Amino acid sequence: MHELSVTENILKTSLEYAAREHAVKVTAINLNIGQLSSIIDDSVQFYWEFVAKDTICEQARLNFNRIAAEMHCQDCQSHYQLGTEPGPCPSCGSYNVRILSGDEFQLESIEIEK
Amino acid sequence: MSNQKVTILENILSANDQLAEKNRFLLDKFNIFSLNIMASPGAGKTSVILKTIEALKSTTRIGVIEGDTAAVTIDADKVTAGGAYAVQINTGGNCHLDSSMIEAGLNQLPLESLDLVIIENVGNLVCPAAFELGTNTRVLIASIPEGDDKPYKYPGMYRGVDVLILNKTDLKPYVPFDVNYFRKGVTLLNPGVKIFPLSCITGEGFKPWIEWIKIHLKK
Repeated sequence: MHELSVTENILKTSLEYAAREHAVKVTAINLNIGQLSSIIDDSVQFYWEFVAKDTICEQARLNFNRIAAEMHCQDCQSHYQLGTEPGPCPSCGSYNVRILSGDEFQLESIEIEK
Repeated sequence: MSNQKVTILENILSANDQLAEKNRFLLDKFNIFSLNIMASPGAGKTSVILKTIEALKSTTRIGVIEGDTAAVTIDADKVTAGGAYAVQINTGGNCHLDSSMIEAGLNQLPLESLDLVIIENVGNLVCPAAFELGTNTRVLIASIPEGDDKPYKYPGMYRGVDVLILNKTDLKPYVPFDVNYFRKGVTLLNPGVKIFPLSCITGEGFKPWIEWIKIHLKK
């Protein structure tokens, strides 16, 4: 449900930056979304069509760059990616691990015409 | 006409984060310690809050901001009867509290005469995790009957909290709950998070939680 406010925030920030650059049209919006953040792509796309209507972002393509949760095992020093369900180090079974990425929830860039 | 890429690199919810900073500043100004309590519906948020008020009210002045999706004042009424100031926020069906709602809530509390503000978030293990409110501490209440797999299913929530209460420990004999599996999931996502197993029914484990709050009170 919070995808609606997320979508509104993406639009607001995109419009601000587009205005600053005197854009006539925003063609793409690039988002970095980490595996551990909870946003769902489809519903943002769904809301986008309502929220962005009648703005210069109306026809923008939403690109979701999914960033995997990269893990570092502090016991055997190996690196691995988390599967759909978080789990321990596949090499040595340790839970003594550190999360290196996967929390991202970022508006990376917009592509504009001017 | 030319095409151009404009780099932004901003957190999507940065507007909320900025307002959260304002809330944090306001709470700091009045030396108030603050908790954002999150959990699934039925985990025992209100029960933990009421028992916390009961344990602290003789020495601590407490305000509670109650977030509910509908205009029901059940929780706020209980809190007021329990001896704390209460503000009810109706999110109008929204699944989480955000910083602007907390700003409005704080404006209705007598901040100059409070030591502790407790925010009861909307019962939900997904959305509240994404919205910083400006409190000192984010608390998640998990409970035995919910099952031991919740850290694995809601990594965003378990990852983003400072304190974890494991409530309803009195139900352990009746419910299959592998504490070890649960704790491993928590360690994986959030190593070092402070964990308080407790029961609102028997009172077991409540003392360390109350002592922990007392240590953090600023007045």
